[in-house]
Amino acid sequence: MVPVTRLRGKLKLYWSLIKSLQTGLLLLTGLAGFMSTRCPLTNWQTLLGLTGSLFLAISGSTILNMWYDRDIDAKMARTAGRPLPSGRVGPGEALRLGLTLAVLGVGWAVALDPLYGLIVFAGLFFDVVVYTIWLKRRTPWAIVWGGVSGGMPALAGRALGTGQIEWVGLALALAVLFWIPTHIMTFSLRYAGDYRRAGVPTFPAVYGFRFTHITIAVSSLLAALMMAVAAYGVGLTWGYLRLIMVLSAGLLLLAINSLVQPSERINFGLFKYASLYMLSAMLLLFFV
Amino acid sequence: MKEMSPLDRFLLLITGILAGYQIAIGIEGAAPPAVWAYTVGFGALLLAGVLLLIFGFELLGSPFTIVVSTLIPLALSLGLVWEYLPGWRTAYLLFAVLGFALVGLARMAVPGRPATLALAIVHGVAGLLIFGLPLLLSVRGEAPAGFALVGVGGALIGVGGLLLSFLKMGRPLLPQKTILTVLPLLLLLTTSAFVAGFAVVQ
Repeated sequence: MVPVTRLRGKLKLYWSLIKSLQTGLLLLTGLAGFMSTRCPLTNWQTLLGLTGSLFLAISGSTILNMWYDRDIDAKMARTAGRPLPSGRVGPGEALRLGLTLAVLGVGWAVALDPLYGLIVFAGLFFDVVVYTIWLKRRTPWAIVWGGVSGGMPALAGRALGTGQIEWVGLALALAVLFWIPTHIMTFSLRYAGDYRRAGVPTFPAVYGFRFTHITIAVSSLLAALMMAVAAYGVGLTWGYLRLIMVLSAGLLLLAINSLVQPSERINFGLFKYASLYMLSAMLLLFFV
Repeated sequence: MKEMSPLDRFLLLITGILAGYQIAIGIEGAAPPAVWAYTVGFGALLLAGVLLLIFGFELLGSPFTIVVSTLIPLALSLGLVWEYLPGWRTAYLLFAVLGFALVGLARMAVPGRPATLALAIVHGVAGLLIFGLPLLLSVRGEAPAGFALVGVGGALIGVGGLLLSFLKMGRPLLPQKTILTVLPLLLLLTTSAFVAGFAVVQ
């Protein structure tokens, strides 16, 4: 009974290492990219391979980020309780786990389709090496690379379905790329003090709140435009395109409102809405 | 302000999904301008549900919300006029655009009684149209009987609008807690009535 309890406790710790909500959303963008190519649902082997490989690669990437950022996580109240900074998981153990999952995920992806595998690897490389290790502590513009890696699952899913990199896949990836600043900057506005204490350069710290709000509004507009382009390219009917436009209008409305009347409440509401927006748009591409 | 309960959240979520469904399926046979007008109306309903979910009932206190929520009756009534009163299209389009601008400008420039008056006139005309026109068309046999449900939706949203307007003016018809308790259900019933009413003319 004791080993079972210990195993359960361990899995619970590992689960919190992979940021399940974020991983789930990125996984959904990959699945939506694949499903938008209208591959038959009965091809369950490919769907299973896509889900498994992406889940492992994204989880591995997230754990490696957590491993590298454990020192700054320890300085921020919001993240100090995470398994690594709180000492519930050792750095060596996290590194081994992250590498194992990443290698398994990328390996499975390459075995499934070399082009797909290459894109999954690129996503992991941009996220861990370029974004986290190289740029995150040097420049607030690192989030552009975070956005590039965030767009990779959608591009990979689309490439797996079509066998090539085409403009619809790129539009989908760009929609995610432009959405990521909204997602991250609203968060960095909310926890600006935390990031300052940890010495992480964020837009609010370097350029001020006003410029950050403007950037959020512009990136929301671009994300909405690219989502509409991608949805059109996928071949969504007018009805669903109208629905995406309404959801996009909500995103823009909130972004503009946060620019005109900046407040903590509107900012965090925008953060929540942006997540809901991406979820809804991807579900529409997935099912319709 | 009343805290939002899990039931309130559930009702608002269903409201949003229903409105989204109506936007996606559209209204078969309706002219494009009417479809766009309905899209704006149901879109405002969808966003109202989602934003209430995110921000809670405090959202109702924002002047921005009042202006945007004017789109619901204005756009739905414009769609109805476009489809069933072709002779009034231009005049009503003008009324809708000017009415919306008037509500917005009055809210920003002269808040208080003038703003409330502008809101009452615009909401009143649009609400009466949404309530009366489908009922009239159903009674006359020019539309299926079930289309009268759109009128029921119009009546329900009118009740909601009245309750919130008087609350905003500081002369609530019902206690604030009661209004906020029934609001999510009222929004869901309104949206359901609209969706069911439009379904019979598909």
